[in-house]
Amino acid sequence: MTTVSSAEHTRRDFLYIATGAVGAVGAAAVLVPLIAQMNPDASTIAAGAPIDVDLGPIADGQIIKVFWRSKPIFISHRTKKEIEDAQNVNLSSLPDPQPDSARVKQGHEQWLVVIGICTHLGCIPLAHQGQYDGWFCPCHGSVYDTAGRIRQGPAPLNLALPPYKFVSDTKIQIG
Amino acid sequence: MSGNSTYQPQSKVLQWFEKRLPIGGLVHSSFVAYPTPRNLNYWWTFGGILSFMLGVQIVTGIVLAMHYTPHVDFAFKSVEMIMRDVNFGWMLRYLHAYGASMFFFAVYVHMFRGLYYGSYKEPREVLWILGVIIYLLMMATGFMGYVLVWGQMSFWAATVITNLFSAIPGIGETLVTWLWGGYAVGNPTLNRFFSLHYLLPFVIAGVVILHVWALHVAGQNNPAGIEPKSDKDTVPFTPYATSKDAFGLACFCILYAWFVFYIPGYLLNGDNYIPANPAVTPAEIVPEWYYLPFYAILRSIPNKLLGVCALFGSIGILAFLPWLDTSRVKSARYRPTFRQFFWVFVIACVGLGWLGTKPPEGVYVIMSRLLTFYYFAFFIIVLPLLGIFEKTKPLPNSISESVLGAKA
Repeated sequence: MTTVSSAEHTRRDFLYIATGAVGAVGAAAVLVPLIAQMNPDASTIAAGAPIDVDLGPIADGQIIKVFWRSKPIFISHRTKKEIEDAQNVNLSSLPDPQPDSARVKQGHEQWLVVIGICTHLGCIPLAHQGQYDGWFCPCHGSVYDTAGRIRQGPAPLNLALPPYKFVSDTKIQIG
Repeated sequence: MSGNSTYQPQSKVLQWFEKRLPIGGLVHSSFVAYPTPRNLNYWWTFGGILSFMLGVQIVTGIVLAMHYTPHVDFAFKSVEMIMRDVNFGWMLRYLHAYGASMFFFAVYVHMFRGLYYGSYKEPREVLWILGVIIYLLMMATGFMGYVLVWGQMSFWAATVITNLFSAIPGIGETLVTWLWGGYAVGNPTLNRFFSLHYLLPFVIAGVVILHVWALHVAGQNNPAGIEPKSDKDTVPFTPYATSKDAFGLACFCILYAWFVFYIPGYLLNGDNYIPANPAVTPAEIVPEWYYLPFYAILRSIPNKLLGVCALFGSIGILAFLPWLDTSRVKSARYRPTFRQFFWVFVIACVGLGWLGTKPPEGVYVIMSRLLTFYYFAFFIIVLPLLGIFEKTKPLPNSISESVLGAKA
Protein backbone atom coordinates (compact mmCIF):
# COMPACT_ATOMS: atom_id res chain seq x y z
CA MET A 1 0.00 0.00 0.00
CA THR A 2 1.25 3.50 -0.73
CA THR A 3 1.98 5.64 2.31
CA VAL A 4 0.25 8.96 2.85
CA SER A 5 1.71 11.81 4.85
CA SER A 6 -0.35 11.85 8.01
CA ALA A 7 -0.30 15.54 8.62
CA GLU A 8 -4.14 15.63 8.72
CA HIS A 9 -6.78 12.96 9.01
CA THR A 10 -8.17 12.12 5.62
CA ARG A 11 -11.54 10.75 4.65
CA ARG A 12 -9.80 7.48 3.95
CA ASP A 13 -8.61 7.33 7.58
CA PHE A 14 -12.16 7.91 8.77
CA LEU A 15 -13.49 5.19 6.49
CA TYR A 16 -10.85 2.72 7.65
CA ILE A 17 -11.54 3.38 11.32
CA ALA A 18 -15.32 3.36 10.88
CA THR A 19 -15.23 0.11 8.92
CA GLY A 20 -12.91 -1.42 11.47
CA ALA A 21 -15.18 -0.41 14.33
CA VAL A 22 -18.30 -1.79 12.67
CA GLY A 23 -16.39 -4.93 11.81
CA ALA A 24 -15.29 -5.35 15.42
CA VAL A 25 -18.87 -4.96 16.67
CA GLY A 26 -19.99 -7.47 14.04
CA ALA A 27 -17.31 -9.94 15.06
CA ALA A 28 -18.37 -9.68 18.70
CA ALA A 29 -22.00 -10.14 17.70
CA VAL A 30 -21.07 -13.29 15.80
CA LEU A 31 -19.20 -14.69 18.79
CA VAL A 32 -22.14 -14.31 21.21
CA PRO A 33 -24.34 -17.13 19.87
CA LEU A 34 -21.38 -19.35 19.03
CA ILE A 35 -20.17 -19.24 22.62
CA ALA A 36 -23.63 -19.16 24.23
CA GLN A 37 -24.73 -22.35 22.49
CA MET A 38 -22.26 -24.35 24.59
CA ASN A 39 -23.99 -23.28 27.82
CA PRO A 40 -26.55 -25.74 29.26
CA ASP A 41 -29.61 -25.81 27.03
CA ALA A 42 -33.23 -25.45 28.15
CA SER A 43 -33.81 -29.18 28.55
CA THR A 44 -30.72 -29.59 30.75
CA ILE A 45 -31.78 -26.64 32.90
CA ALA A 46 -35.31 -28.08 33.16
CA ALA A 47 -33.89 -31.42 34.25
CA GLY A 48 -32.07 -29.58 37.06
CA ALA A 49 -35.27 -28.30 38.67
CA PRO A 50 -35.75 -28.86 42.43
CA ILE A 51 -36.64 -32.41 43.53
CA ASP A 52 -38.67 -33.65 46.50
CA VAL A 53 -37.25 -36.47 48.63
CA ASP A 54 -39.43 -38.44 51.10
CA LEU A 55 -37.45 -39.01 54.29
CA GLY A 56 -39.99 -41.49 55.78
CA PRO A 57 -38.44 -44.73 54.52
CA ILE A 58 -34.91 -43.80 55.67
CA ALA A 59 -34.14 -45.77 58.86
CA ASP A 60 -32.10 -44.50 61.81
CA GLY A 61 -28.39 -44.66 60.85
CA GLN A 62 -29.14 -45.19 57.15
CA ILE A 63 -27.59 -43.06 54.41
CA ILE A 64 -29.18 -42.81 50.94
CA LYS A 65 -27.90 -41.28 47.72
CA VAL A 66 -30.03 -39.22 45.32
CA PHE A 67 -28.98 -37.30 42.20
CA TRP A 68 -29.74 -33.65 41.68
CA ARG A 69 -28.23 -31.71 38.73
CA SER A 70 -26.16 -34.81 38.03
CA LYS A 71 -24.48 -34.54 41.44
CA PRO A 72 -24.76 -37.29 44.14
CA ILE A 73 -26.43 -36.04 47.34
CA PHE A 74 -25.92 -37.98 50.62
CA ILE A 75 -28.96 -37.89 52.91
CA SER A 76 -27.89 -39.26 56.30
CA HIS A 77 -30.42 -40.13 59.07
CA ARG A 78 -27.92 -39.67 61.90
CA THR A 79 -28.07 -41.69 65.11
CA LYS A 80 -27.92 -39.96 68.50
CA LYS A 81 -24.24 -40.94 68.85
CA GLU A 82 -23.36 -39.55 65.40
CA ILE A 83 -25.02 -36.24 66.28
CA GLU A 84 -23.17 -36.01 69.59
CA ASP A 85 -19.81 -36.85 67.97
CA ALA A 86 -20.43 -34.14 65.40
CA GLN A 87 -21.36 -31.51 67.98
CA ASN A 88 -18.62 -32.23 70.59
CA VAL A 89 -15.64 -31.13 68.51
CA ASN A 90 -12.92 -28.57 69.15
CA LEU A 91 -13.47 -26.30 66.14
CA SER A 92 -9.83 -25.14 66.06
CA SER A 93 -8.74 -28.69 65.30
CA LEU A 94 -10.72 -28.73 62.05
CA PRO A 95 -8.94 -27.98 58.75
CA ASP A 96 -12.15 -26.19 57.62
CA PRO A 97 -13.78 -25.03 60.90
CA GLN A 98 -17.58 -25.15 60.88
CA PRO A 99 -19.92 -26.00 63.78
CA ASP A 100 -22.37 -28.86 63.25
CA SER A 101 -25.26 -26.44 63.73
CA ALA A 102 -24.21 -24.58 60.57
CA ARG A 103 -24.48 -27.77 58.53
CA VAL A 104 -28.00 -28.90 59.50
CA LYS A 105 -31.42 -27.24 59.74
CA GLN A 106 -32.51 -26.19 63.22
CA GLY A 107 -34.91 -28.71 64.74
CA HIS A 108 -33.85 -31.36 62.20
CA GLU A 109 -30.36 -32.16 63.51
CA GLN A 110 -30.76 -35.85 62.70
CA TRP A 111 -30.81 -35.10 58.98
CA LEU A 112 -27.49 -34.34 57.25
CA VAL A 113 -27.82 -33.42 53.54
CA VAL A 114 -24.48 -32.94 51.75
CA ILE A 115 -23.15 -33.15 48.20
CA GLY A 116 -21.28 -36.46 48.02
CA ILE A 117 -18.28 -35.23 46.05
CA CYS A 118 -14.88 -35.20 47.71
CA THR A 119 -13.62 -31.62 47.73
CA HIS A 120 -10.14 -32.79 46.72
CA LEU A 121 -10.48 -34.06 43.15
CA GLY A 122 -14.09 -35.17 42.86
CA CYS A 123 -14.42 -38.87 43.79
CA ILE A 124 -17.46 -40.13 45.74
CA PRO A 125 -16.49 -40.96 49.37
CA LEU A 126 -17.58 -44.22 50.98
CA ALA A 127 -20.06 -44.11 53.89
CA HIS A 128 -19.53 -45.41 57.45
CA GLN A 129 -15.77 -45.57 57.01
CA GLY A 130 -12.76 -43.79 58.40
CA GLN A 131 -11.87 -43.32 62.04
CA TYR A 132 -14.72 -40.81 62.67
CA ASP A 133 -17.33 -43.23 61.26
CA GLY A 134 -18.22 -40.58 58.66
CA TRP A 135 -16.94 -40.93 55.09
CA PHE A 136 -13.64 -42.06 53.62
CA CYS A 137 -12.51 -41.19 50.10
CA PRO A 138 -10.57 -44.10 48.59
CA CYS A 139 -8.90 -42.05 45.87
CA HIS A 140 -6.40 -40.14 48.00
CA GLY A 141 -7.40 -40.94 51.59
CA SER A 142 -9.47 -37.97 52.75
CA VAL A 143 -11.42 -38.66 55.95
CA TYR A 144 -14.74 -36.90 56.77
CA ASP A 145 -16.69 -36.99 60.07
CA THR A 146 -20.42 -37.52 60.77
CA ALA A 147 -21.10 -33.90 59.81
CA GLY A 148 -19.29 -34.32 56.50
CA ARG A 149 -16.40 -32.14 57.64
CA ILE A 150 -12.86 -32.84 56.45
CA ARG A 151 -10.63 -34.18 59.22
CA GLN A 152 -7.57 -35.70 57.57
CA GLY A 153 -6.20 -36.03 54.09
CA PRO A 154 -5.66 -33.73 51.10
CA ALA A 155 -9.22 -32.41 50.72
CA PRO A 156 -9.27 -28.67 51.57
CA LEU A 157 -12.97 -28.13 52.39
CA ASN A 158 -15.93 -29.83 54.11
CA LEU A 159 -18.43 -31.67 51.92
CA ALA A 160 -20.51 -28.98 50.24
CA LEU A 161 -24.12 -28.27 51.25
CA PRO A 162 -26.80 -28.18 48.52
CA PRO A 163 -29.65 -25.71 48.81
CA TYR A 164 -32.59 -27.49 50.46
CA LYS A 165 -35.54 -26.93 52.75
CA PHE A 166 -38.03 -28.96 54.78
CA VAL A 167 -41.50 -28.83 53.21
CA SER A 168 -42.71 -31.06 56.04
CA ASP A 169 -41.08 -33.05 58.81
CA THR A 170 -40.64 -36.04 56.49
CA LYS A 171 -40.01 -34.37 53.14
CA ILE A 172 -37.28 -32.11 51.85
CA GLN A 173 -36.98 -30.22 48.59
CA ILE A 174 -33.45 -30.08 47.20
CA GLY A 175 -32.68 -27.17 44.85
CA MET B 1 3.10 -16.57 -7.52
CA SER B 2 5.37 -13.57 -7.23
CA GLY B 3 8.00 -13.67 -4.51
CA ASN B 4 7.68 -11.84 -1.25
CA SER B 5 10.37 -9.31 -2.08
CA THR B 6 7.88 -6.44 -1.73
CA TYR B 7 6.92 -7.44 1.81
CA GLN B 8 9.03 -5.89 4.53
CA PRO B 9 7.68 -6.49 8.01
CA GLN B 10 7.97 -3.53 10.29
CA SER B 11 8.74 -4.99 13.69
CA LYS B 12 11.76 -7.05 14.64
CA VAL B 13 9.49 -9.82 15.94
CA LEU B 14 7.74 -10.14 12.61
CA GLN B 15 11.04 -10.10 10.75
CA TRP B 16 12.28 -12.95 12.98
CA PHE B 17 9.15 -14.95 12.26
CA GLU B 18 9.17 -14.13 8.56
CA LYS B 19 12.63 -15.65 8.15
CA ARG B 20 11.39 -18.91 9.64
CA LEU B 21 7.88 -19.20 8.17
CA PRO B 22 7.12 -16.62 5.50
CA ILE B 23 3.34 -16.63 5.94
CA GLY B 24 3.29 -12.84 6.05
CA GLY B 25 4.95 -12.65 2.66
CA LEU B 26 2.61 -15.27 1.26
CA VAL B 27 -0.50 -13.44 2.43
CA HIS B 28 0.94 -10.16 1.23
CA SER B 29 1.77 -11.40 -2.25
CA SER B 30 -1.51 -13.31 -2.61
CA PHE B 31 -4.06 -10.91 -1.17
CA VAL B 32 -2.48 -7.50 -0.67
CA ALA B 33 -0.05 -6.69 -3.45
CA TYR B 34 -1.51 -9.26 -5.87
CA PRO B 35 -2.07 -7.59 -9.28
CA THR B 36 -5.78 -7.69 -10.07
CA PRO B 37 -7.26 -6.65 -13.41
CA ARG B 38 -8.75 -3.19 -12.97
CA ASN B 39 -11.92 -3.94 -14.93
CA LEU B 40 -13.39 -6.70 -12.73
CA ASN B 41 -17.12 -6.33 -12.14
CA TYR B 42 -19.26 -7.58 -9.28
CA TRP B 43 -19.61 -11.06 -10.79
CA TRP B 44 -16.03 -11.50 -9.60
CA THR B 45 -16.92 -11.06 -5.94
CA PHE B 46 -18.52 -14.50 -5.72
CA GLY B 47 -15.23 -16.33 -5.23
CA GLY B 48 -14.67 -14.44 -1.99
CA ILE B 49 -18.31 -14.96 -1.07
CA LEU B 50 -17.90 -18.71 -1.58
CA SER B 51 -14.85 -18.85 0.68
CA PHE B 52 -16.80 -16.98 3.33
CA MET B 53 -19.77 -19.33 3.02
CA LEU B 54 -17.50 -22.37 3.35
CA GLY B 55 -16.22 -20.89 6.61
CA VAL B 56 -19.77 -20.20 7.80
CA GLN B 57 -20.89 -23.74 7.00
CA ILE B 58 -17.90 -25.26 8.77
CA VAL B 59 -18.31 -23.12 11.91
CA THR B 60 -22.11 -23.56 12.17
CA GLY B 61 -21.74 -27.25 11.32
CA ILE B 62 -19.15 -27.94 14.01
CA VAL B 63 -21.29 -26.13 16.56
CA LEU B 64 -24.43 -28.03 15.49
CA ALA B 65 -22.52 -31.32 15.73
CA MET B 66 -22.07 -30.62 19.46
CA HIS B 67 -25.82 -31.15 19.90
CA TYR B 68 -26.74 -33.62 17.15
CA THR B 69 -27.04 -37.39 17.67
CA PRO B 70 -26.38 -39.50 14.53
CA HIS B 71 -28.59 -42.45 15.51
CA VAL B 72 -31.89 -43.32 13.80
CA ASP B 73 -33.76 -43.26 17.11
CA PHE B 74 -32.46 -39.86 18.20
CA ALA B 75 -31.47 -37.89 15.10
CA PHE B 76 -34.81 -36.23 14.34
CA LYS B 77 -35.43 -35.46 18.01
CA SER B 78 -31.95 -34.01 18.45
CA VAL B 79 -32.56 -31.60 15.57
CA GLU B 80 -35.84 -30.50 17.14
CA MET B 81 -34.03 -30.16 20.48
CA ILE B 82 -31.50 -27.90 18.79
CA MET B 83 -34.38 -25.80 17.47
CA ARG B 84 -36.12 -25.50 20.85
CA ASP B 85 -33.68 -25.99 23.72
CA VAL B 86 -30.15 -25.13 22.65
CA ASN B 87 -29.22 -21.48 23.19
CA PHE B 88 -29.49 -19.84 19.75
CA GLY B 89 -29.98 -23.33 18.33
CA TRP B 90 -32.80 -22.16 16.04
CA MET B 91 -30.48 -19.55 14.55
CA LEU B 92 -27.57 -21.95 14.09
CA ARG B 93 -29.83 -24.49 12.37
CA TYR B 94 -31.32 -21.96 9.97
CA LEU B 95 -27.89 -20.43 9.32
CA HIS B 96 -26.58 -23.86 8.35
CA ALA B 97 -29.59 -24.89 6.23
CA TYR B 98 -29.85 -21.58 4.39
CA GLY B 99 -26.08 -21.35 4.32
CA ALA B 100 -26.18 -24.42 2.11
CA SER B 101 -28.72 -22.83 -0.23
CA MET B 102 -26.78 -19.57 -0.40
CA PHE B 103 -23.58 -21.55 -0.95
CA PHE B 104 -25.13 -23.22 -4.00
CA PHE B 105 -26.66 -19.97 -5.25
CA ALA B 106 -23.22 -18.37 -5.11
CA VAL B 107 -21.57 -21.35 -6.78
CA TYR B 108 -24.02 -21.24 -9.69
CA VAL B 109 -23.44 -17.51 -10.19
CA HIS B 110 -19.69 -18.20 -10.00
CA MET B 111 -19.92 -21.00 -12.57
CA PHE B 112 -22.12 -19.02 -14.96
CA ARG B 113 -19.64 -16.15 -14.69
CA GLY B 114 -16.87 -18.55 -15.70
CA LEU B 115 -18.96 -19.81 -18.59
CA TYR B 116 -19.82 -16.32 -19.86
CA TYR B 117 -16.36 -14.81 -19.71
CA GLY B 118 -14.43 -17.90 -20.80
CA SER B 119 -12.55 -18.23 -17.53
CA TYR B 120 -12.09 -21.93 -18.23
CA LYS B 121 -9.94 -21.39 -21.32
CA GLU B 122 -6.21 -21.71 -21.65
CA PRO B 123 -4.25 -21.36 -19.29
CA ARG B 124 -7.03 -21.83 -16.70
CA GLU B 125 -8.16 -25.37 -17.58
CA VAL B 126 -6.93 -26.95 -14.32
CA LEU B 127 -8.45 -24.09 -12.34
CA TRP B 128 -11.83 -24.89 -13.95
CA ILE B 129 -11.51 -28.64 -13.37
CA LEU B 130 -10.62 -28.07 -9.71
CA GLY B 131 -13.79 -26.02 -9.56
CA VAL B 132 -15.83 -28.90 -10.98
CA ILE B 133 -14.31 -31.16 -8.32
CA ILE B 134 -15.28 -28.66 -5.61
CA TYR B 135 -18.81 -28.56 -7.04
CA LEU B 136 -19.10 -32.36 -6.95
CA LEU B 137 -17.85 -32.44 -3.36
CA MET B 138 -20.38 -29.74 -2.47
CA MET B 139 -23.19 -31.80 -3.93
CA ALA B 140 -22.15 -34.88 -1.98
CA THR B 141 -21.79 -32.87 1.23
CA GLY B 142 -25.15 -31.16 0.79
CA PHE B 143 -26.89 -34.44 0.08
CA MET B 144 -25.47 -36.16 3.16
CA GLY B 145 -26.22 -33.17 5.34
CA TYR B 146 -29.85 -33.25 4.31
CA VAL B 147 -30.08 -36.96 5.18
CA LEU B 148 -28.87 -36.26 8.72
CA VAL B 149 -32.16 -34.59 9.67
CA TRP B 150 -33.77 -38.01 9.25
CA GLY B 151 -37.16 -36.70 8.19
CA GLN B 152 -39.25 -38.34 5.49
CA MET B 153 -37.49 -36.46 2.69
CA SER B 154 -34.07 -37.22 4.22
CA PHE B 155 -34.74 -40.95 4.32
CA TRP B 156 -36.28 -41.26 0.89
CA ALA B 157 -33.72 -38.98 -0.77
CA ALA B 158 -31.06 -41.26 0.72
CA THR B 159 -32.86 -44.33 -0.64
CA VAL B 160 -33.31 -42.87 -4.13
CA ILE B 161 -29.81 -41.46 -4.51
CA THR B 162 -28.01 -44.53 -3.17
CA ASN B 163 -30.20 -46.69 -5.41
CA LEU B 164 -28.83 -44.80 -8.42
CA PHE B 165 -25.71 -46.89 -8.09
CA SER B 166 -27.69 -50.09 -8.57
CA ALA B 167 -27.92 -49.09 -12.23
CA ILE B 168 -24.28 -50.01 -12.70
CA PRO B 169 -24.29 -53.40 -14.44
CA GLY B 170 -22.80 -56.29 -12.52
CA ILE B 171 -21.51 -54.67 -9.35
CA GLY B 172 -24.50 -52.35 -8.82
CA GLU B 173 -26.35 -54.28 -6.11
CA THR B 174 -23.19 -55.14 -4.17
CA LEU B 175 -22.10 -51.53 -4.33
CA VAL B 176 -25.40 -50.29 -2.94
CA THR B 177 -25.34 -52.83 -0.09
CA TRP B 178 -21.82 -51.65 0.68
CA LEU B 179 -22.94 -48.02 0.69
CA TRP B 180 -25.89 -48.77 2.94
CA GLY B 181 -24.01 -51.03 5.38
CA GLY B 182 -27.20 -53.08 5.47
CA TYR B 183 -30.13 -54.29 3.40
CA ALA B 184 -31.69 -50.83 3.21
CA VAL B 185 -30.95 -47.28 4.32
CA GLY B 186 -30.68 -47.51 8.10
CA ASN B 187 -28.57 -46.68 11.12
CA PRO B 188 -25.21 -47.68 9.57
CA THR B 189 -25.99 -45.40 6.62
CA LEU B 190 -26.87 -42.47 8.86
CA ASN B 191 -23.74 -42.90 10.98
CA ARG B 192 -21.36 -43.00 8.04
CA PHE B 193 -23.10 -40.06 6.35
CA PHE B 194 -22.48 -38.06 9.52
CA SER B 195 -18.81 -38.96 9.52
CA LEU B 196 -18.41 -38.12 5.83
CA HIS B 197 -20.48 -34.94 6.08
CA TYR B 198 -18.05 -33.74 8.77
CA LEU B 199 -15.05 -34.76 6.66
CA LEU B 200 -15.88 -33.51 3.17
CA PRO B 201 -15.97 -29.77 3.93
CA PHE B 202 -12.32 -30.00 4.95
CA VAL B 203 -11.56 -31.84 1.71
CA ILE B 204 -13.38 -29.01 -0.06
CA ALA B 205 -11.20 -26.52 1.82
CA GLY B 206 -8.10 -28.33 0.60
CA VAL B 207 -9.27 -28.30 -3.02
CA VAL B 208 -10.18 -24.62 -2.63
CA ILE B 209 -6.58 -23.93 -1.66
CA LEU B 210 -5.44 -25.68 -4.85
CA HIS B 211 -8.10 -23.73 -6.77
CA VAL B 212 -6.80 -20.37 -5.47
CA TRP B 213 -3.22 -21.46 -6.10
CA ALA B 214 -4.06 -22.38 -9.71
CA LEU B 215 -5.83 -19.05 -10.03
CA HIS B 216 -2.84 -17.11 -8.82
CA VAL B 217 -0.50 -18.89 -11.20
CA ALA B 218 -2.52 -17.86 -14.23
CA GLY B 219 -3.90 -14.62 -12.84
CA GLN B 220 -7.55 -13.73 -12.86
CA ASN B 221 -9.61 -13.56 -16.02
CA ASN B 222 -11.52 -10.32 -16.54
CA PRO B 223 -14.65 -9.10 -18.37
CA ALA B 224 -12.67 -8.23 -21.50
CA GLY B 225 -11.12 -11.68 -21.68
CA ILE B 226 -7.69 -10.35 -22.59
CA GLU B 227 -4.68 -10.83 -20.36
CA PRO B 228 -3.08 -7.88 -18.54
CA LYS B 229 -0.22 -6.49 -20.60
CA SER B 230 1.29 -3.91 -18.24
CA ASP B 231 1.03 -2.51 -14.75
CA LYS B 232 -1.58 -0.06 -16.00
CA ASP B 233 -3.96 -2.94 -16.51
CA THR B 234 -3.91 -4.04 -12.87
CA VAL B 235 -4.45 -2.66 -9.37
CA PRO B 236 -3.29 -4.16 -6.09
CA PHE B 237 -5.78 -6.61 -4.62
CA THR B 238 -5.92 -4.66 -1.35
CA PRO B 239 -7.66 -2.22 -1.09
CA TYR B 240 -9.48 -2.44 -4.43
CA ALA B 241 -10.64 -6.02 -4.70
CA THR B 242 -10.80 -6.42 -0.93
CA SER B 243 -13.30 -3.60 -0.54
CA LYS B 244 -15.29 -4.65 -3.61
CA ASP B 245 -15.49 -8.21 -2.24
CA ALA B 246 -16.50 -6.89 1.17
CA PHE B 247 -19.32 -4.83 -0.31
CA GLY B 248 -20.52 -7.72 -2.47
CA LEU B 249 -20.38 -9.96 0.58
CA ALA B 250 -22.41 -7.50 2.64
CA CYS B 251 -25.19 -7.40 0.00
CA PHE B 252 -25.09 -11.19 -0.24
CA CYS B 253 -25.38 -11.49 3.53
CA ILE B 254 -28.44 -9.23 3.53
CA LEU B 255 -30.19 -11.75 1.28
CA TYR B 256 -28.91 -14.60 3.47
CA ALA B 257 -30.13 -12.90 6.64
CA TRP B 258 -33.50 -12.20 5.01
CA PHE B 259 -34.08 -15.94 4.62
CA VAL B 260 -32.72 -16.91 8.03
CA PHE B 261 -34.63 -14.36 10.09
CA TYR B 262 -37.78 -13.50 8.11
CA ILE B 263 -38.76 -16.48 5.95
CA PRO B 264 -36.97 -19.51 7.41
CA GLY B 265 -39.69 -21.89 6.26
CA TYR B 266 -39.54 -20.82 2.63
CA LEU B 267 -37.16 -23.40 1.23
CA LEU B 268 -37.65 -26.16 3.79
CA ASN B 269 -39.81 -29.06 2.58
CA GLY B 270 -42.75 -29.70 4.92
CA ASP B 271 -42.37 -33.46 4.53
CA ASN B 272 -39.05 -33.29 6.30
CA TYR B 273 -40.80 -32.35 9.52
CA ILE B 274 -42.26 -35.88 9.57
CA PRO B 275 -39.89 -38.41 11.20
CA ALA B 276 -38.51 -40.93 8.72
CA ASN B 277 -40.84 -43.87 8.06
CA PRO B 278 -39.24 -46.72 6.08
CA ALA B 279 -42.71 -48.13 5.29
CA VAL B 280 -44.25 -45.06 3.61
CA THR B 281 -42.86 -43.08 0.69
CA PRO B 282 -44.14 -39.49 0.42
CA ALA B 283 -46.37 -38.72 -2.56
CA GLU B 284 -43.84 -36.31 -4.06
CA ILE B 285 -40.13 -36.76 -3.55
CA VAL B 286 -38.38 -33.51 -4.35
CA PRO B 287 -34.73 -32.74 -3.70
CA GLU B 288 -33.51 -29.33 -2.55
CA TRP B 289 -33.73 -26.66 -5.25
CA TYR B 290 -30.02 -26.80 -6.16
CA TYR B 291 -30.36 -30.41 -7.38
CA LEU B 292 -33.59 -29.88 -9.33
CA PRO B 293 -32.10 -29.39 -12.83
CA PHE B 294 -30.19 -32.66 -12.58
CA TYR B 295 -33.24 -34.37 -11.13
CA ALA B 296 -35.20 -33.27 -14.20
CA ILE B 297 -32.48 -34.58 -16.51
CA LEU B 298 -32.47 -37.92 -14.69
CA ARG B 299 -36.23 -38.34 -15.00
CA SER B 300 -36.41 -37.30 -18.63
CA ILE B 301 -34.58 -40.44 -19.80
CA PRO B 302 -36.87 -43.49 -19.74
CA ASN B 303 -34.01 -46.01 -19.32
CA LYS B 304 -32.62 -46.53 -15.77
CA LEU B 305 -28.94 -46.88 -16.65
CA LEU B 306 -29.00 -44.19 -19.33
CA GLY B 307 -30.82 -41.85 -16.97
CA VAL B 308 -28.09 -42.28 -14.38
CA CYS B 309 -25.45 -41.78 -17.06
CA ALA B 310 -27.19 -38.60 -18.17
CA LEU B 311 -27.31 -37.37 -14.59
CA PHE B 312 -23.60 -37.89 -13.91
CA GLY B 313 -22.75 -36.92 -17.47
CA SER B 314 -24.48 -33.57 -17.14
CA ILE B 315 -22.03 -32.65 -14.37
CA GLY B 316 -19.05 -34.51 -15.76
CA ILE B 317 -19.28 -32.77 -19.11
CA LEU B 318 -18.33 -29.54 -17.37
CA ALA B 319 -14.82 -30.88 -16.89
CA PHE B 320 -14.35 -31.08 -20.67
CA LEU B 321 -15.53 -27.55 -21.31
CA PRO B 322 -12.04 -26.08 -21.93
CA TRP B 323 -11.65 -28.43 -24.89
CA LEU B 324 -15.24 -28.40 -26.15
CA ASP B 325 -15.20 -24.64 -26.63
CA THR B 326 -12.92 -24.07 -29.57
CA SER B 327 -13.16 -20.29 -29.71
CA ARG B 328 -9.98 -18.32 -29.10
CA VAL B 329 -11.97 -15.35 -27.87
CA LYS B 330 -12.64 -15.67 -24.16
CA SER B 331 -15.27 -13.17 -23.16
CA ALA B 332 -18.89 -13.30 -24.35
CA ARG B 333 -18.70 -9.50 -24.60
CA TYR B 334 -17.05 -9.98 -27.96
CA ARG B 335 -18.96 -13.13 -28.99
CA PRO B 336 -22.50 -12.01 -29.92
CA THR B 337 -23.71 -15.42 -31.17
CA PHE B 338 -22.32 -17.27 -28.19
CA ARG B 339 -24.03 -14.77 -25.92
CA GLN B 340 -27.44 -15.70 -27.30
CA PHE B 341 -26.83 -19.42 -26.91
CA PHE B 342 -25.51 -18.74 -23.39
CA TRP B 343 -28.67 -17.00 -22.23
CA VAL B 344 -30.84 -19.75 -23.72
CA PHE B 345 -28.65 -22.16 -21.75
CA VAL B 346 -29.29 -20.23 -18.54
CA ILE B 347 -33.04 -20.28 -19.24
CA ALA B 348 -32.79 -24.02 -19.98
CA CYS B 349 -31.10 -24.64 -16.62
CA VAL B 350 -33.72 -22.63 -14.75
CA GLY B 351 -36.45 -24.37 -16.78
CA LEU B 352 -35.04 -27.78 -15.92
CA GLY B 353 -35.03 -26.71 -12.29
CA TRP B 354 -38.70 -25.76 -12.49
CA LEU B 355 -39.52 -29.01 -14.28
CA GLY B 356 -37.81 -30.90 -11.45
CA THR B 357 -40.63 -29.81 -9.16
CA LYS B 358 -43.32 -31.10 -11.50
CA PRO B 359 -44.58 -34.69 -11.68
CA PRO B 360 -42.95 -36.60 -14.57
CA GLU B 361 -46.02 -36.84 -16.81
CA GLY B 362 -47.59 -35.27 -19.87
CA VAL B 363 -46.18 -32.02 -21.25
CA TYR B 364 -43.60 -31.83 -18.47
CA VAL B 365 -41.83 -34.92 -19.81
CA ILE B 366 -41.69 -33.48 -23.32
CA MET B 367 -40.32 -30.19 -22.04
CA SER B 368 -37.74 -31.95 -19.85
CA ARG B 369 -36.52 -33.97 -22.83
CA LEU B 370 -36.26 -30.87 -25.01
CA LEU B 371 -34.32 -28.93 -22.42
CA THR B 372 -32.08 -31.91 -21.60
CA PHE B 373 -31.33 -32.18 -25.29
CA TYR B 374 -30.43 -28.48 -25.42
CA TYR B 375 -28.27 -28.83 -22.28
CA PHE B 376 -26.08 -31.49 -23.88
CA ALA B 377 -26.26 -29.98 -27.36
CA PHE B 378 -24.93 -26.71 -25.95
CA PHE B 379 -21.74 -28.43 -24.82
CA ILE B 380 -21.29 -31.05 -27.53
CA ILE B 381 -22.60 -29.30 -30.66
CA VAL B 382 -22.92 -25.55 -30.16
CA LEU B 383 -19.65 -24.72 -28.41
CA PRO B 384 -17.33 -26.67 -30.70
CA LEU B 385 -19.00 -25.28 -33.83
CA LEU B 386 -19.19 -21.70 -32.60
CA GLY B 387 -15.45 -21.54 -32.28
CA ILE B 388 -15.12 -22.29 -35.96
CA PHE B 389 -18.01 -20.34 -37.46
CA GLU B 390 -18.68 -17.43 -35.11
CA LYS B 391 -17.92 -13.88 -36.19
CA THR B 392 -16.47 -12.27 -33.06
CA LYS B 393 -16.24 -8.55 -32.36
CA PRO B 394 -12.76 -6.97 -32.41
CA LEU B 395 -10.94 -7.16 -29.09
CA PRO B 396 -9.67 -4.02 -27.33
CA ASN B 397 -5.91 -3.47 -27.30
CA SER B 398 -5.59 -3.69 -23.56
CA ILE B 399 -7.61 -3.85 -20.38
CA SER B 400 -6.87 -0.25 -19.42
CA GLU B 401 -7.95 0.86 -22.88
CA SER B 402 -11.25 -0.96 -22.55
CA VAL B 403 -11.83 0.74 -19.19
CA LEU B 404 -10.33 4.19 -19.64
CA GLY B 405 -10.80 4.60 -23.38
CA ALA B 406 -8.10 5.33 -25.95
CA LYS B 407 -6.52 8.04 -23.77
CA ALA B 408 -5.12 5.30 -21.50
